[in-house]
Order: sequence, then structure tokens, then C-alpha cells
Amino acid sequence: MTDVRVAGVGLTHFGSHPERTGRDLFATAALRAFEDAGVPRGDVEELNYGNFMGALAEHQGHQAPLMAEAAGVNCPATRYEEACASAGVAVREAVRTVRAGEADVVVAGGMERMTNLPTDEVTEGLAIAADDLFEVRAGVTFPGAYALMAKAYFDAYGGERRDLAHVAAKNHANAVPNEYAQYRQEVSVEEALDAPPVAEPLHLYDACPITDGASALVIVSEEYAAEHDVDAPVAVTGTGQGTDRMALADREHLARTPAADDAADTAYADAGVGPDDVDVAEVHDCFTIAEVFALESLEIADPGEGISAARDGVTTADGDTPVNLSGGLKAKGHPVGATGGSQIAELTRLLRGDHPNSDHVADAEVGVAHNAGGTVASAVVHVLEVAE
Amino acid sequence: MSAPTSNAGHDEWLDALADGDGYALVCPDGHGSLPPRRVCPECGATALAEEPLAETGRVETYNVVHVAGPQFADDVPYVNAVADFGPVRLAGVLRGVEPALDAVSVGDRVAAGVEERATDGERLVAFRPAGGE
Ligand SMILES: [Zn+2]
Repeated sequence: MTDVRVAGVGLTHFGSHPERTGRDLFATAALRAFEDAGVPRGDVEELNYGNFMGALAEHQGHQAPLMAEAAGVNCPATRYEEACASAGVAVREAVRTVRAGEADVVVAGGMERMTNLPTDEVTEGLAIAADDLFEVRAGVTFPGAYALMAKAYFDAYGGERRDLAHVAAKNHANAVPNEYAQYRQEVSVEEALDAPPVAEPLHLYDACPITDGASALVIVSEEYAAEHDVDAPVAVTGTGQGTDRMALADREHLARTPAADDAADTAYADAGVGPDDVDVAEVHDCFTIAEVFALESLEIADPGEGISAARDGVTTADGDTPVNLSGGLKAKGHPVGATGGSQIAELTRLLRGDHPNSDHVADAEVGVAHNAGGTVASAVVHVLEVAE
Repeated sequence: MSAPTSNAGHDEWLDALADGDGYALVCPDGHGSLPPRRVCPECGATALAEEPLAETGRVETYNVVHVAGPQFADDVPYVNAVADFGPVRLAGVLRGVEPALDAVSVGDRVAAGVEERATDGERLVAFRPAGGE
């Protein structure tokens, strides 16, 4: 089995770009990834592209061939859809394809265009990541589902809105120097607490924004990198994926995310590392409470302890294990189908030392990315390590 | 709004719930699930029998929704809850209470039925307080 390297990463600015087409966004990210990698487009053997709601937002199905031509590659191209984890599974399949020896160069990433729709239509679009018959029709919105999980967590383990406000404040602070981030201003704990409610107990600053953006990675085999003198110091050493019951009401735990537990266990075992080895993490904080679930699934915090990690400074930029130094979905933004690729791009930059927040993790060798679909009915975890 | 789509299995389940005859599908090992379903999602058994829901359910978690999509635009604010009815849990809108976090508690008892969305009259699973703990 060959080792897998990240040869290059490309991102668009994450933010409100309602006039930009999906094809233009993805082309921008892909061209940046090729430039970063120094890999010719003609060497690409497969394109794995993540997208969630393109049929709603752009009236565009069958997006993979469109994105291949936009990126200037001519190869088998496939769209992956796993709600907010769409790009995560696209990356995972790229890793598996290279490991299997089926290809030496795969481009993986994703795109989402969202702000061209009115907010209520985006709300409706995101809701369809839940069970239509038994959740959406019963009034469960996307923020509402995480509010149900937050309330269940508070009831099971304790915790309060102030703890969540510390997650928001941390991730906003991290986004300030990130040129790709949607919100580059700090938000205080008090401001977060005073924001209007969306789905109580969650308020406005507990929620990620609506975002347009794209991500792309050039994933190569170690042999290809060596043969073509490609500088690719970061390796993907572990990948894992988990699935849970679709509807929240059907899950054994309302205050835990077993799909992510499974993904993390598999990815750690695959990489031969454990939670104690993790130096830095990018996790799926679509809502502040989701970061808490992620920390516990990744075993960066024990069950019931994740809630206080930001408040206690464990996960802040200067803490033991900085989490979401990119700003996370919360402040960097969440173009749904691009997010899983963006997390790996940011982690790669952090580990290479060329991220504006790299100084906080100068000695980091192991990073982990956690990407979740819907209310974590699906989850993907990757382990990245500095290989040279 | 276009005409409501027909969803065989689910429509009949809603009819039964509306008549006070709500049920779950239960496999020989006692795992509950909701229709339409051919296989027990927990163990894979295909012998699924209808069993009645408990008279009242226990609220396991809830929220207060202030921002919703177009189909619930005139329903906000509303309380959404997940309640345990024995073989299965249901999600539904909890009516008959103030839409406030402190107006409800985990452990409250609720009855399940079918009511209409305020926004467009579509059917939805609704809970009402049943009293007691
Ligand atoms: Zn069963």
C-alpha cells in the first residue's frame, strides 16, 4: 500500500459571492491547488467533487463533468454527496484510490453556492439533510436539530450557553488573520450571549454563516511525488468513516455522535496514532455545540468534558490542542460541499508552516480533520502527519 | 404549494396517529421503527409487526425554533420536541405551551396526534401536554 501525500491545496475566499457561479468558484480553487502543487493538470487521473445543494441553488445536476472542464482536467469525474461531509468523503475516496494503486494523482474537493438564494430557501435546503418524513415535516430545522442535541447534552452532562459562547469567541479570534475567512472580526462572549435566538438554546453566534466557496486538493502517491520532485511534506495517514441512523429520534444517544466515534476510531487505527498524539484539529463546528461533540468523538475530551474545553483554554490557539485555528465553519464559513476539503487544506497549511496561525503549532506533527454530515448521521475523519 | 405528495406507508401511519391509533413497527427482538420499512434497522429482521405507541411519551429533549424555512414561516416561534413513546421516539411540534425553554422540562409527559401547520395547513405530528411526570 502506497503512502498518500497532499501535494497542493487551493481555496477560494469563503464569504458572500452571490454573483459567482459554482463552476467559477471551483475552477479558482482547483487552479490554486495546481499552482501550489506544481503538478501539471494533464497528470490528473480522477476528480472527486463534493456538492450538496447545487440542484437547488443553481438548478444544476450532473456537476462533476462541468467541474472537470472548469478545472481544465479531462478524466473520470464523480460527484460525492454526503450533506456537509460531501468533500470529506470525496477526499476519503481519493486517498483510497491512490492507496489501491488505481491512480497516482487525484483532485478532491468541493463547492457550494448558497448566498444567491434567499435565507429561508437556504434554511429549507439545509433541512433536507434530515429525514424528510419524520423530521423536516415535524418542524425540525438544521439549527433546530443541533438545538435538540445541545439541550440533550446540557441535560445529560451540564453546561450552559456561556460555554458555547466561548467556542464562538475562540473560533472568531482564530479567523482574524485567515485571508480566506468570511468573518475576520472578533466576537466577545458577551456579544455571543446577547445575540438573537435561532433555535434555543442556540443563538445567532452559535451558528455558522451561509457561505459561498470552493476547495481543492491535489492528492498524490508518495512515489509520484518522489519521481516528479513534488514538494509534498504532509501525508494523509489515516481515514475513517461512520454512519448512524438518519433521524435524531432514532439514535441511541441524543447527546453523542457515534458515527464520528467510529470514524475517529478507524482513522486513528489506520494511522497508528491515538488521541494523545493529536497536536492540532479542524473540526465540524457548524454550530458551537457540534465542536463539543467532535472533541468527544475524537477523544480530545472525555464525554461530558468537551463543553468546557474552549472556556478552559484547552482548545484555544495557545492551548494544549488548538482546535479550528482556521476559524472553523463558525467564522471561516461553511460552503457545505466544500468544507471537508477546506479543513484538510487548512490543516495542511498549518502543518507545513505557511498558515497565518502556524506559529501556534510550530512543532505540530499530527493533525486531525473531522467532517460531519447533517446531524452526524455520517462522519469522516482524516489523520494528517508531517512526513518530511 | 403543489398538491401534497402521497407517501404510501407514511400516509397510513399519520392517519392512524390522527385516529388515536398510532403504532410502531416492532421486530421479534423488540426494536421499534417507523414505516415504510421492510427491514429492522437495528438487527435486519424482516418480520415486523405493528404495536401500539404508549398512551403518552416522555420528553427527551426540546428546543424553541425562531427561524424556520418557508413551510413553517407562520408557525414560529414553536417548541420542537423528541419524545419517547415506548418502541420508538417521535419528533413533533409541542403545542399548548409557551414557546419558551423554561415552559417545558425534560421528563414532561405528552400525547401525540396530528395537527396542521399554521403556514399551509399540511399535516404534522403534534404533541400536547399530558400532565404528570
Ligand atoms: Zn430488530
